[in-house]
Amino acid sequence: MKFTLNIWRQNGPDERGRLITYEAPDVSPGMSFLEMLDGVNQRLLGNGEEPVAFEQDCREGICGSCSLVINGIPHGPDQGITTCQLYMRRFSDGASITIEPWRAKAFPILKDLVVDRSALDRIMQAGGYISVNTGGAVDGNVILIGKDQAETAMDAASCIGCGACVAACKNASAMLYVAAKVSHLATLPQGRPERARRVSAMLEAMDREGFGSCGNQYECEAVCPKNISTRFIANLNHEYLRAGIVESGLPSEPESPHAESS
Amino acid sequence: MTRLDSKIPSGPLESKWDRHRFSEKLVSPNNKRKLSVIVVGTGLAGASAASTLGQLGYHVECFCFHDSPRRAHSIAAQGGINAAKNYQDDGDSVGRLFYDTIKGGDFRSREANVYRLAQVSTQIIDQCVALGIPFAREYGGQLANRSFGGVQVSRTFYCRGQTGQQLLLGAYSALCWQIERGQVTMHPRTELLDLILVDGQARGIVSRDLVTGRISAHTAHAVVLATGGYSNVYYLSTNANGCNVTATYRAWKHGAAFANPCFTQIHPTAIPPGGAHQAKLTLMSESLRNDGRLWVPKVSSDHRLPGDIPSIDRDYFLERRYPRFGNLAPRDIASRAVKVVCDEGRGVGPGGQGVYLDFSEVIEQQGLEVVRERYGNLFDMYHRITGEDAYQVPMRIYPAPHYTMGGLWVDYNLMSTVPGLFVIGEANFADHGANRLGASSLMQGLADGYFILPYTIGHYLATAKLLSIPDDHVEAREAIQRVETRVNRLLTVKGRRTAAMFHRELGTLLWNHCGMSRNEGGLTSALQSIPKLREEFWRDVMVPGSGSSFNQELEYAGRVADYLEFAELLCHDALHRHESCGAHFREEYQTEDGEPRRDDGRFAYVAAWQYRDGAVPVLHKEPLAFEFVPPTMRSYQ
Repeated sequence: MKFTLNIWRQNGPDERGRLITYEAPDVSPGMSFLEMLDGVNQRLLGNGEEPVAFEQDCREGICGSCSLVINGIPHGPDQGITTCQLYMRRFSDGASITIEPWRAKAFPILKDLVVDRSALDRIMQAGGYISVNTGGAVDGNVILIGKDQAETAMDAASCIGCGACVAACKNASAMLYVAAKVSHLATLPQGRPERARRVSAMLEAMDREGFGSCGNQYECEAVCPKNISTRFIANLNHEYLRAGIVESGLPSEPESPHAESS
Repeated sequence: MTRLDSKIPSGPLESKWDRHRFSEKLVSPNNKRKLSVIVVGTGLAGASAASTLGQLGYHVECFCFHDSPRRAHSIAAQGGINAAKNYQDDGDSVGRLFYDTIKGGDFRSREANVYRLAQVSTQIIDQCVALGIPFAREYGGQLANRSFGGVQVSRTFYCRGQTGQQLLLGAYSALCWQIERGQVTMHPRTELLDLILVDGQARGIVSRDLVTGRISAHTAHAVVLATGGYSNVYYLSTNANGCNVTATYRAWKHGAAFANPCFTQIHPTAIPPGGAHQAKLTLMSESLRNDGRLWVPKVSSDHRLPGDIPSIDRDYFLERRYPRFGNLAPRDIASRAVKVVCDEGRGVGPGGQGVYLDFSEVIEQQGLEVVRERYGNLFDMYHRITGEDAYQVPMRIYPAPHYTMGGLWVDYNLMSTVPGLFVIGEANFADHGANRLGASSLMQGLADGYFILPYTIGHYLATAKLLSIPDDHVEAREAIQRVETRVNRLLTVKGRRTAAMFHRELGTLLWNHCGMSRNEGGLTSALQSIPKLREEFWRDVMVPGSGSSFNQELEYAGRVADYLEFAELLCHDALHRHESCGAHFREEYQTEDGEPRRDDGRFAYVAAWQYRDGAVPVLHKEPLAFEFVPPTMRSYQ
């Protein structure tokens, strides 16, 4: 097989970028998309040119590193997979393929197809955890958790933090990402004591980082490599509303304020 | 001269760790604030250690080369994590987990370390539940277990096929909390390139900022390496592409002994390589062997489609050779059995590199839906990669380098032979002997990071003489100089071959001569070829761009340069060990029916190698005494 690739090249965050055309001859259908790009890079190196920078690591769809917009769709044409799990047999021979980075205000481009996604980490640091010290935890079976509840938590927790949801959203919103984490922890009894603070802090951090808000178009769900459902966004809104009521001082569950660690 | 003092506490096995913790010195809360620790790596071991140290009150500087600490390769572990909870009441206990691990490791690990690992395994599960890990549950709400990899009890806890991901996200969330509290300073996209030693103690690292290319020194009171394993030395492995040996190798060059490097685990169930473009091998979870049956045609000339080969013409070779464990035989045994039938010319698929993993029987007996529910995601993954439907035709699998039991030598306190340099998780050698059992790496990473290192490092910090040193200390400046020189050297070769070409050549060489089975001739020839390849590399490698910018090819070339040195150490170790044990199979040492022959009389020791500039490394031996489990022949027949 052979392909014509239009790849976004950009030297640094403050440089101008543009699409450059490359040929990819000798592609076999059993090659992964990233292996095809490896081949392009080896040829560029052979010509003494700088290879195309792109992110990848595990190449089995779990680390969340790979991040390409392929023909306008984050992670390419197939649902429920990452770029590294896309194989060339999916494309027709001779096709032209456009490859761009994630585009979002909160994800500045570092080089070519590599963007800075540290904003997602900062959202997590704002509250995406359970404040529990190491040691002294009670036996894992002391608090029973129904199978359905555990499965729901797992559905949300499977987010790989790749940011495709942001890249697909015309508002560059990180709602699905935040919703996944908030729902995972709010579904489990262990996450309940901090649920009000968590949802507020994470949403504030999301706004601070320059992500937009949800426009209810569900492009995020359509491109999510782990098929995370937008019903978790509904759950996030519910949690946020609930937090507002709890924090406004109306009678509520006896929750201790977030313990200050000194 | 490297001195190997394992510092194993005396007395009964069951109470060693408790007594040791009591006798260790503590650091008072006031003093903890004045102490800083560097943690390199944010996989299960690194993230759990960094968060726990931060929570204890130390200041932690934490480094990873990924854009986010959550992407470390622990994330890809599929199957589960073992713990001696005995929730299933099937006869499990701390003692049994200890015994299984010692035996599974083919009597090449330390009893005291392994017993401690089994003891803290139960705490890990409790801790993870408290952190909100969504473990699989039974309908009644209790934690679910499954049986996994070469044992006869159900002690494996899991989160679908993404256990590593969930455990890592838990440790990452704990790390996030400490970052928010200011206890941990995170340095993502930063790679360790050298260590800083002052008066013989590890006092810092030199790192390169992978975005700006800035090379800088970071000093602290102790350094913890949690930088994983080195399977990528084989070029193709199940590891993520970024996994590398650089941190532990640089530590070795500074005097940290490297233990048992030849104990490299080859996992039996990966998807066979498809061609020269192949960038990595994809693992199919070992859990598939619970229901799938491995077979090849009885005769090599049988080229019929698998469905056309009747049962009588099939060789279910694991069931035939190991009737008691059958398809669930431990990884090293299964991998080697696959190699044997492929070497006989009975392998299937392209190049004869593969055997069938067949689900037709379980589909017939229990129905397609049951199989789909159990393994659906794995079958989908297989379909995407190979284009074949494993519900219709058997899967093809072939072994792949996976996990490395060898690593930097550490004592009972997880400290290397360099004072102040601690090594945890896969990066150390301690717990798995010559072979690791399934679902044990997650257990070890979290045991080291949450429950062992945070105690033992305290004793060191409380007792060692540690003067405060500035970031521009003379040793730090010299280390920066070394790193800059090396980076420039890589950039100025301006040869014709890419780093990947050298890496692939090295990998092929090692796979052929120091892979699933080894012999003296092959290892000797590898030891002659590797230095030549290394010389060629430094004469002809091509690294474009500059050192002061985002340059992925430069990062990669630096790692390949280290593999090209490390590979020699690996072969030296494999050559000297005149026995077959665990993952290390020397063709000269096998029984008539091809089973490994271990030699406890001569080789019941840890081989710890010391670096010597320009010369063959020096071997030091730590004898292994088995007071509690007398070594037996490890038979799974």
